[in-house]
Amino acid sequence: MEALFAITLGVMTASGVYLLLRARIFPVVMGLTLISYAVNLFIFSMGRLATGVPAVIGRSVEYGDPLPQALVLTAIVIGFAMTAFVVVLALRSIGELRTDHVDGQEPRQ
Amino acid sequence: MNHALILPLLVPLFTGALLLFAHSLGRSSKRTLSLLATWSLVPLAIWLLVLADDGQLRVYALGSWQPPFGIVLMLDRLSALMLLVTAVLAGFAVLYACRGDDERGPNFHALYQFQLLGINGAFLTGDLFNLFVFFEILLISSYALLLHGHGQRRVRSGMHYVVLNLLGSSLFLIGVSMLYGLLGTLNMADLAARVSAADPADGPLLAAAGYLLLVVFALKGAILPLYFWLPRAYASATAPVAALFAIMTKVGLYAIVRVFTLIFGNEAGQLSHMVDAWLWPLALLTLGAAVVGALAARNLQVLLAYLVVVSVGTLLAGIALGSEAGLAAALYYLVHSTLIAGALFLLADLIARQRGDLGTDLITAPALQQPLLLGTLFFIGAISVAGLPPFSGFLGKLMLLRAIEPGAEAIALWAVVLVGGLGMLIALSRAGSLVFWRASALAQGHKADPVRLLATTGLLFGSLVLVAAAGPLQTFMQATAAQLLDLRPYLQIVQGGAA
Repeated sequence: MEALFAITLGVMTASGVYLLLRARIFPVVMGLTLISYAVNLFIFSMGRLATGVPAVIGRSVEYGDPLPQALVLTAIVIGFAMTAFVVVLALRSIGELRTDHVDGQEPRQ
Repeated sequence: MNHALILPLLVPLFTGALLLFAHSLGRSSKRTLSLLATWSLVPLAIWLLVLADDGQLRVYALGSWQPPFGIVLMLDRLSALMLLVTAVLAGFAVLYACRGDDERGPNFHALYQFQLLGINGAFLTGDLFNLFVFFEILLISSYALLLHGHGQRRVRSGMHYVVLNLLGSSLFLIGVSMLYGLLGTLNMADLAARVSAADPADGPLLAAAGYLLLVVFALKGAILPLYFWLPRAYASATAPVAALFAIMTKVGLYAIVRVFTLIFGNEAGQLSHMVDAWLWPLALLTLGAAVVGALAARNLQVLLAYLVVVSVGTLLAGIALGSEAGLAAALYYLVHSTLIAGALFLLADLIARQRGDLGTDLITAPALQQPLLLGTLFFIGAISVAGLPPFSGFLGKLMLLRAIEPGAEAIALWAVVLVGGLGMLIALSRAGSLVFWRASALAQGHKADPVRLLATTGLLFGSLVLVAAAGPLQTFMQATAAQLLDLRPYLQIVQGGAA
């Protein structure tokens, strides 16, 4: 399971970085979202991967670490707010600068 | 447990929320509320500074959850000092903003308060994840404040700033969660204790997490090669916002000091002071590159933004020395550079208002309405920031140059700092003579607003205070550096000692 998880994270991060480097607003937003998904999963895995272990003491012999789940929740909320902000800023930038390039101008040919 | 520790967070939080909800409040009552809240932080910070000066570490456990299980706020000399610098800078900047800049967009004062909440929180927290949360609070308010006042230039530079910082936040989370996965805690003091007892096999992973954090803090602190966002962002912000941003790079540097003296500090075994070898060349290169940028700047605000980067490089050199004297010099320089950078950003706006459409572009323009007054202020600010006697920049640099042991490092530092100072002086005198002496036509602008002038002079006056009180301040800075390097009280937090 660890290997599959690690490969998934790697592929997501790599795709995110690729999209980020496209330097157009829509791919950049998608790239940032992918990276933040990968990061959230990474935080989650830091509580160790296991199936069927409840995060409540006393229900079973082994129990999951609840703290990474709380951290992930915080990170998701913050990441969501930030993505919303980038989208609004992107709309402003398209409205004011008439381009979707992150530099605010079309690159010279 | 002293409840005053949480007041620097609660005051801006509630003021900001109130300002956000009370839409119907008039302009003047909003300004009064914001001014009162911001200035109330100054006596509060002074009180906390006096408290912290007894050398004890104060810990505030939120909800009375004992560390390391709950979230803690931690007050030592360094946090108290940073709180005071923030409060003074923010007080004068908001005073300046109240003369019209706050009307250029909605909710300026609420955003300003949230920004202060984030900055104060970052300085007070004793928990690495909370440091992330407060960073995000100060960042999202800074995004909005940067865009305050509209305009294409702001949107353009804002986009880079936002995307870069979002990526930085992702790296921060990776670093923090790696530390949690390896050590099982996020309390900074507990992390320090566990790093020193960590399995040597985990060393490389811990180092990787530490370096990730360094990259993030270097991005916030604008260290080479991660400072390219800064000049455009700072130069396009409205003056009071740019002045407040003078403390933002220092938040990054504060985080470097905190994490790499506490978690990866003296007690960290093979990982102790692992970043010093990196920080040293980066500091000198940052300084050099920023001076070149300042020389090439064709706009006064861009020039000032590069001077912020110069101060980052100088500060970082002091931190990289890792010695008590080096840290003390860096802290003195930090206070000086923050206040002076804030003052110069405000002054640049005063100058721009008398030059009409040309603003701060460094080209020949009609004469200023008050060349003597503004020229004198600019002269004082420029001399202070370039590090010439008798102002505070000189003392800061002198302390730094004397803090280093003779050797190859000393030669490099002396050369870079002194040549850099000369470069800054050339850039500033060129800008000053163009703005004040070379005029194409008679003056036509309005005279400077007295309140704006008061705010600018107030910050510049800080430089004189730093000189007048240099003796006691140096003693205080040395005590601060000594406290940072002696980790035993910090480690006791988690053993139920100081709480």
